[in-house]
Amino acid sequence: MSAARKLLIFGGLLLAAFGMLYGLHYALFVEHQTLDRMNGSLVTAFVDAAERNLPAAQQAIDEYAGRKYDYVRQVDAHSHWIGLAMVMIIVGVLIDRMALSERLRLSVAVAFTLGSFFFPAAVILQTFAHGSSLALVLAAAGSALIIAAMSAAVVGFARQGIKERT
Amino acid sequence: MSPRRILIFGGIALIAAGMLFGDVFAVFVLHQNGGQTGEALLAASRAVTARDSFAVKEDFARIGGLLEGHGTKLDAHAHMVAAGYLALLLALLQPYVAFSFKSRQSWAQLFVAGGLLLPLGIFLIHYVGLSYSPFSAIGWASVLADSAGALLIAVLIGEVWGLWRYFHGLRSSDAEPVLPPDNSWESRALLVGGATLILLGFLYGAWYAGFDLYQHEAREKNILNAMLKTAASGADAAQSVNEYGTLQAEKAVDIAAHSHVIEFGVLAILLSFIQPFVFLDSRWKRTWVKVLLVGSIMLPVFVLLEMHLGLIAGGIADIGGLMVLIALMGMLAGVLRYTGALDAQRGEAQ
Repeated sequence: MSAARKLLIFGGLLLAAFGMLYGLHYALFVEHQTLDRMNGSLVTAFVDAAERNLPAAQQAIDEYAGRKYDYVRQVDAHSHWIGLAMVMIIVGVLIDRMALSERLRLSVAVAFTLGSFFFPAAVILQTFAHGSSLALVLAAAGSALIIAAMSAAVVGFARQGIKERT
Repeated sequence: MSPRRILIFGGIALIAAGMLFGDVFAVFVLHQNGGQTGEALLAASRAVTARDSFAVKEDFARIGGLLEGHGTKLDAHAHMVAAGYLALLLALLQPYVAFSFKSRQSWAQLFVAGGLLLPLGIFLIHYVGLSYSPFSAIGWASVLADSAGALLIAVLIGEVWGLWRYFHGLRSSDAEPVLPPDNSWESRALLVGGATLILLGFLYGAWYAGFDLYQHEAREKNILNAMLKTAASGADAAQSVNEYGTLQAEKAVDIAAHSHVIEFGVLAILLSFIQPFVFLDSRWKRTWVKVLLVGSIMLPVFVLLEMHLGLIAGGIADIGGLMVLIALMGMLAGVLRYTGALDAQRGEAQ
C-alpha cells in the first residue's frame, strides 16, 4: 500500500473519529447551554426594548450575535472535520485510479490531510478571538490546500478515464 | 449476509431514507415552519411596541419551539445521510479489516443500528423534550441520540483497529474479497462526475465563507437592532421582520447548495465502487447514473435560484432530489438482486 493511500485512509479515519468525539463532547456539554444562552440574549433584547431600555437591548443583541458567531463555527468545525475525513478516505481508496505521478499523489495526500485538519481547526480558533487575522489566514490556507488537492484529484481521475477509454 | 453487504445495503437504505425524509421536510415542513417563525417574530416585535414583556417571552417560547422542531428535523436528515455514507465507506474497507467474519458482521450490524438510532433520537428531541429526564438540559431522546453516536464512534475505532492489525501482517481466514477493478462507463462517469461535484461544492463554500458569511452575520445584527428601534418607537416593524426572513432564507439556500452538491459528489463516488454489486442490465445502470448526476446538479443549482425565481425553483430543486432518490432506489434494487458471486470468492484478500 502506497504512503499516499495509507496517509489518506488512516488520517481520514482518525479525523472522522476525532470529529465525532468533538461532536459528542459538544452535544453533551456545550450545545444545549449555548442555545439556551443565545435564546436568552434575544429574549432579553426584546424585553429591554419593550421596557424602552434601548442601550441594554442593543447590548443583548451584541451578546446574541457573539454567541451565534461561536455556535455557527463550532457546529461547522464538527461537520467539516467529518465531511472532509470521508472525502479523504474515498480519495485514499481511489488514489491508484488517479493518472498522476507517485510524487504528485503524495502531495495530494499531504495537502488533503493538512487542509482537512487545519481548516476546521482555524474555524474553531476564530471563536477564541473573533475576527482574528491568524485564524482567518489559517482557514483560507487550509481551504486552499483542500481545493488544490481536489482539483488535482479531478484531473487525475479524468486522465485515467481517458486512458481506460482509449 | 456478509458484513460488506450489510454495510452496502444498510448504507444505501440509510441514505435513501435520509433523502426521502429531507424531501418530505423540504416540501411539507420547511416553508411552513419559516412562515410560522416569521409570524411569531412579528408578534414579538408588536409586543415590544405594546410594552408587553410577558407577551414577548411567550412569543419567544413559540419561536424556540419552532426553531427546535426545524433544527432537529434538519439534523436528523443530515445525520442519517452521513451515517449511510460512512457505512458505504466501511464497506469498501472490509477486505482490510483483520478480524473474524463474526466480529465484522456484528460491527456492521451495530453500525447500521447506530446509524438508524442516532437520527431517530435527534428527531424525537423536539417531541420528548425533558419529560421524565433527571437532567436539567438533556432529555431522553438526546440520551438515545448521544448513545447511538457513541456506538458509531466505538465501531469506527474498532474498524481502525482492524485496519491497524491488517497493516501489521495479521489476516483473517474468512476475509472479504477485494473488489475487482471496475472500469465500466458507469463507474468512470460516477467517479469523475462525483469528484467534479465535490470540487464545485468546495469552491462555492470558499466563495460563501469569503464573501457572504460575515456580511450575513453583520446584516442579522443590524436588522435585529433596527427591528427593536422601530418597534420601541411605536411603529410597525413588519419590514424588518421581512428582511430578517429574507436573510435567513438566503443563508439557508447558500448552505444547502454547498452541502448538497458535496454530499451528492461523495454519493456518486461511493456508488462508483459498488457498481459490481448492482445486478442490472447495462442500459439500466447507465440510466440510473445519468438520472443521479443530473439530479445532483439540479438540486443545488435550483436551490440557489430559489431566491430569484421563488417556489418554481424550489419545486424543480425538489424534483432534482427526487431524481437522486429514484436513481438510488434503482441501484438498491440492483444490489438486492446481487447473487453473492463476489462473496463466494472469500479469502482472495489474503
